[in-house]
Amino acid sequence: MTDLTVENLEIWASGQGVNFVSDEAEAGYRARAGRIADVIQLKVPDRVPVVPSFGMFPYLDNGLTCEEALFDYDKADRAAMKTLRDFEPDMFIGSGYAFPGPMFEALGYRQLRWPGREIPAHYIYQFVEREYVSADELYHGYLDDPSDFMLRVYLPRTCQALGPLARMRPFAESFGYYLTMAGSYAYFGRPEVQAALQALMKAGEESLKWVGTIVKQAQTIMSLGFPTFWGASSAAPYDLVGDWLRGTTGVMMDMFEHPEELLAVMDRLVPLAVRLATEHGGRGGNPIVGFMLHKGADGFMSPDQFRTFYWPQLKAVMLGLIERGLVPMLLFEGEYTSRLETIADIPKGRCIYWFEKVDWARAKAVLGDRVCLRGGVPPSLLFSGRPDQVRDRVRELIDTVGHGGGYIVDCGIWFDEARRENVRAMVDFSKSYGVYD
Amino acid sequence: MSDELVVLLSELKKTEALEVVARRLERGDDPMRLLDDAREAMRIVGRRFSEGTYFIPELVYSGKILEAVAEIVKPRLTRGPTTAPIGRFVLGTVAGDLHDIGKNLVAFMMDVNGFEVHDLGVDVPPRAFVDKIAEVKPRIVGLSGFLTSVYQAMKDTVDAIAEAGLRDQVRIMIGGGVMDDEVRRYCGADAYGPDAMAAVSLARQWIEEPI
Repeated sequence: MTDLTVENLEIWASGQGVNFVSDEAEAGYRARAGRIADVIQLKVPDRVPVVPSFGMFPYLDNGLTCEEALFDYDKADRAAMKTLRDFEPDMFIGSGYAFPGPMFEALGYRQLRWPGREIPAHYIYQFVEREYVSADELYHGYLDDPSDFMLRVYLPRTCQALGPLARMRPFAESFGYYLTMAGSYAYFGRPEVQAALQALMKAGEESLKWVGTIVKQAQTIMSLGFPTFWGASSAAPYDLVGDWLRGTTGVMMDMFEHPEELLAVMDRLVPLAVRLATEHGGRGGNPIVGFMLHKGADGFMSPDQFRTFYWPQLKAVMLGLIERGLVPMLLFEGEYTSRLETIADIPKGRCIYWFEKVDWARAKAVLGDRVCLRGGVPPSLLFSGRPDQVRDRVRELIDTVGHGGGYIVDCGIWFDEARRENVRAMVDFSKSYGVYD
Repeated sequence: MSDELVVLLSELKKTEALEVVARRLERGDDPMRLLDDAREAMRIVGRRFSEGTYFIPELVYSGKILEAVAEIVKPRLTRGPTTAPIGRFVLGTVAGDLHDIGKNLVAFMMDVNGFEVHDLGVDVPPRAFVDKIAEVKPRIVGLSGFLTSVYQAMKDTVDAIAEAGLRDQVRIMIGGGVMDDEVRRYCGADAYGPDAMAAVSLARQWIEEPI
């Protein structure tokens, strides 16, 4: 039987279909992607890969504000490409982390606050959580017709410009009867509804422009010899409910007051979370699927709650992706030391676990023969530490976590503010000290 | 003191607890005694949280139950609480940062442990910390932050407190997602705490010591 993961990683690491600028770039790409493919499969590569998780760093480091990076795609692109040349990491995200501010402004998007608008220009955008959907609505409405719910309930609440869509007639009723259509489509003639549709069109134009920049940039990054960061993203079902619909407090309340209904909704979200990634991660492309995990950390729920409400549904999504030859890469935000034994229950050599805070020696002992580990350099050290301290930390990590392969040096979280010499020390020292015999 | 209400609240039995509250009010119990019971229950919840048998969801849920109890009881109150706080605590998320979950947990835990909490909210400019410190004269100040963007804002806040001549009157603790001892060193705070329990134990320790 063909092992789809191995096959996908081989195709990806071969650089098939990439127009390299030189033989050297092609060799560089194969070495870098091969290194990542090796550590995912728990093989010992030529050296420990180093993949700094650049947040807003490329822009701040190159004299831009975050506001400029988010509202001018070309400036963000130029700064990101400069960072690529400066640091030559083993994978690179480009400017994909600088989301298109104008698109969200067109929608009147309520869930983010923007630098240069509501917060200082040199700060990263911030997510502002709210209980957008009540328990009753989620558990007695969403499951009936999730698409209609998103269109007529959720988007009108989260996007100010889409408010009028709330009063649209459900499309489920558009059977094509001319009698029905003749009257109900009048709604789209109303000025406020047309304004909402115009806002969607403007958002669409901005999204297209941004995607165009990102796609072209990804081709350039690869042509220069660098693998891209990931091919798609997905999420844990509990986070989908907590982050977007019910809020942290709401979903926590639901564990007590609506446990069965919460579980039923999350079961329904499993195939959707798989589709989120599979519709974008294709063969030949980067098989890595990123997950940003927000609400399952130590303390955020008990071990029992984690084993009931968080891990089984997340694992189901991961298995759905693994089955298709994709590689889940989970960023565990917060501390996860108490969860190590639970999250070890996953097929061997198929995932990357990227920790913000964990007992690294224990993580290696418990997970070292299951998954590739990533992270460990504190963002605070990159911000205010010294290069020798950064080198000491990287040495310690490579000695503790890197032995026998299965480890990628990185910061534990996306970093924005950092001293260039510290990032330089993290990258350069990993490349010299991390060479395997 | 009614053990029944204390037990029900601390066991997070919302429906049953609210029934007992209604029953006791109906038979003419002093509303203040009901609130004392609720406070006692929250102390138990806080203790279980500190001991690791309760987690953030239990803390959050107990807070919601308490809100529901207070909503029924407060309109009937004729007098305020009589117990004196063990110390004053000024808390806020620093300028430019809008995160509040961790800060709110610290506020809750400090409150149930007997501190008078002055929560300035989120995105608090250094000047607002300084003004509040000058006004309420707390022994302890807590700065919260969740982003690498606000490392500098942490330092700016501590510096502003020092420039106002108030630094030697307060102990400052920091906490939040990406904070650690390195940030404490950088910004010149007195301690970093990884969670709400650490905040309480630091505060208890500091309140006993001379500044």
